[in-house]
Amino acid sequence: MAEQVLTDFIRALRSADVRVSTGEAIDAAEAVKLIGYADRQRLSDTLRCVLAKSPAEKLAHDRLFELYFSRQAIPQSAPEDPAEQDDTSGSEDGPGDMLDLMETGDETAIAMAMERAGQEAGLQEIRFSTQVSYYAQQMMKSLGVERLESEMMQGFRARTEEGQAYAEELIEGRKQMFARAREHAKQAFETYGAGATLAFREDVLAETALTALDVRDLGRMQALVEKIAKRLASKHSRRRRKKNRGQLDVRKTLRANAGFDGVPFDIAWKQTKRDRAKIVAVCDVSGSVSRVVRFFLMLLYSLNEVVPDIESFAFSGRLEDVGPTLETENFAQAMDKIINDIGMSSTDYGQSLSDLRMNHWDALDRRTTLIVLGDGRSNYGDPRLDLFREAAARVKRVIWLTPEGESLWGSGDSELPRYRPHCHTMKQVTTIKDLERILDEALSRYA
Amino acid sequence: MTKTGYEPLVSIDAITAGLASVGYISTREISTAIYLAHNLRKPILIEGPAGVGKTDLAASMARFLDVSLNRLQCYEGLDEGKALYEWKYGKQLLYTQLLKEKLGEVMEGASTLDTAFEKLTSFEDLFFSETFLEPRPLLTAMKQDKGSVLLIDEIDKSDEEFEAYLLEVLSDYQVTVPEIGTIRAQVAPLVILTSNNIRELGDALKRRCLHLHIDFPEAEREQAIVRARVPDVSDALLSQLVEFVQGLRDLDIRKRPSISETVDWARTLLLMHATELDEDMVRSTLNVLLKHESDIQAVDKDVRTLARAAASAG
Repeated sequence: MAEQVLTDFIRALRSADVRVSTGEAIDAAEAVKLIGYADRQRLSDTLRCVLAKSPAEKLAHDRLFELYFSRQAIPQSAPEDPAEQDDTSGSEDGPGDMLDLMETGDETAIAMAMERAGQEAGLQEIRFSTQVSYYAQQMMKSLGVERLESEMMQGFRARTEEGQAYAEELIEGRKQMFARAREHAKQAFETYGAGATLAFREDVLAETALTALDVRDLGRMQALVEKIAKRLASKHSRRRRKKNRGQLDVRKTLRANAGFDGVPFDIAWKQTKRDRAKIVAVCDVSGSVSRVVRFFLMLLYSLNEVVPDIESFAFSGRLEDVGPTLETENFAQAMDKIINDIGMSSTDYGQSLSDLRMNHWDALDRRTTLIVLGDGRSNYGDPRLDLFREAAARVKRVIWLTPEGESLWGSGDSELPRYRPHCHTMKQVTTIKDLERILDEALSRYA
Repeated sequence: MTKTGYEPLVSIDAITAGLASVGYISTREISTAIYLAHNLRKPILIEGPAGVGKTDLAASMARFLDVSLNRLQCYEGLDEGKALYEWKYGKQLLYTQLLKEKLGEVMEGASTLDTAFEKLTSFEDLFFSETFLEPRPLLTAMKQDKGSVLLIDEIDKSDEEFEAYLLEVLSDYQVTVPEIGTIRAQVAPLVILTSNNIRELGDALKRRCLHLHIDFPEAEREQAIVRARVPDVSDALLSQLVEFVQGLRDLDIRKRPSISETVDWARTLLLMHATELDEDMVRSTLNVLLKHESDIQAVDKDVRTLARAAASAG
């Protein structure tokens, strides 16, 4: 029983996106053996120390611990004798009978029976809130609802007043039991399923076109973006120098071994320094593109850990430095302000490029990845290809992202085909996954 | 297995009391983590903002248990030569030079190359013995008979390779020196790793460690800490200054004041013979708490309200 409690809890944690390895599960079992189940607070401290390994995981742990151990009948102490354990479970096989339970009205007994019925119905497998009723039905079945119903029918069939009353009493009892089973199943859903549903929703969200996102998805999107940023960060935050084994650094070796009379004990190898990533984002914030820009910048600024140098410029008619505005606490508000302030005039790529040339040309250097996000629709103005070519020559890489599909490139006032020869990559981005892929690729160029 | 050692760590409460006796105000969580680390023989990974007493916990543990503290400060480029052991090249070289003549004597009578070689091989281990081994913090910690506290500070600043290397040492508490053999810790050291989250640590390391997150303390605990460090401070001033610092941490500033800064501030105020917190006093000493000019300017307008709130709370 005690073992089961812990494994189920770990299962709940896993479904809430807390990664628990087998090794950690074993550690947890040992720790619990040491601490015991008697002190709830202590148990919580112990489990969050052994199982949850980041602030986010600790939060998830606390939420689940409350949920899980509020309904779980906590065993007084871990049974030390396995034989004894078998004994108790052997004596009461199957959940208690519903009729008996209703008769006694013993709260603890009912709670225990619910627990067992839940286990028989496989409640840990619950994943979606729509399954709650189904599982409640299953629990009723294993609680012996059939026997109750047949008694009920008998009561009706007797056609006596007492029979009638008895049957009605049973119906009322069944109703109450079902409500309890439902409640139980709902709680189980929150413990095991809610996390999984969230993960599922996030998967869907990652594949949804950014332009099609709903306002109510924004909050969830933020969480998803943070997760993606973390993934990218852990992948790219490796050290900045690479040792070239095999190429002797003669000067360094001589210097290091001067104390040993020049006998080379310490060999120093040549190292190549890796460039620190620098990203300059130039974003069209007019109309349809602004949606994509919002998420792109959100992701970019969550990458602070790996990319210490981020500069961002927004434009529609004129170009402005928006870095300082975005580096504040409330990203969403800052973004709204930018889109409202800058995104209102008609798009002019040529003018914006010359603004960049005039005021911010120093931002572009040889370790910069220049990312332009825009549809390239410049209202038939001069695209200033000369400036763009000059910019491309200054930087490490040029990436152009556009929300439009390739078939539309060059249609109407779109200047994309003319910009294209100066870009290393030009890609359509629709989902947050696309953005992740692009940034991943851009960052791996600094390896 | 080897002896367990560390008799004082019998229960969670004993740890709290023991830490208090050396001036470290523990929390339930911290004591639980140490208790588990000792009993499960696992390292503890401590994360949290700078200046909340992560390093100090290790130092206090060493004092409490009366064992040595072996500290390994991590930095980019740290390698096993600096963390584990190194051969004393210079000494080896010197000895070779000094023994040159003796070598001639030994070699005397060796007529062929083979006999000379044979004679030499019998001395082989001379230069690769413990005499010439320079133990670095990890090895030193393993070699303590009474056990020790091993503090691996700011592990997030080291390279990923080193992190991987550390896994081996931490899982078995043993070190292999190819020329000598395996050196196993008689009493496993109590290992504490700290991280300021400069980079995300590897999953493998996290899995092997217990995880403890120490955040800025609650007002009550902070008062206790300041009280332990600056015993002369008056009750009224203590509660007021802690209240003020707590309020300061809620503001949007670049570097929030840590516990050590609160302690410094308490000392400063004491030096200035303050008995109560007033606005002018706060303004003139604010640079003890805030280390960025922009922060000092940012809170300027809030000082009055915060100081008043603190004064009324105290």
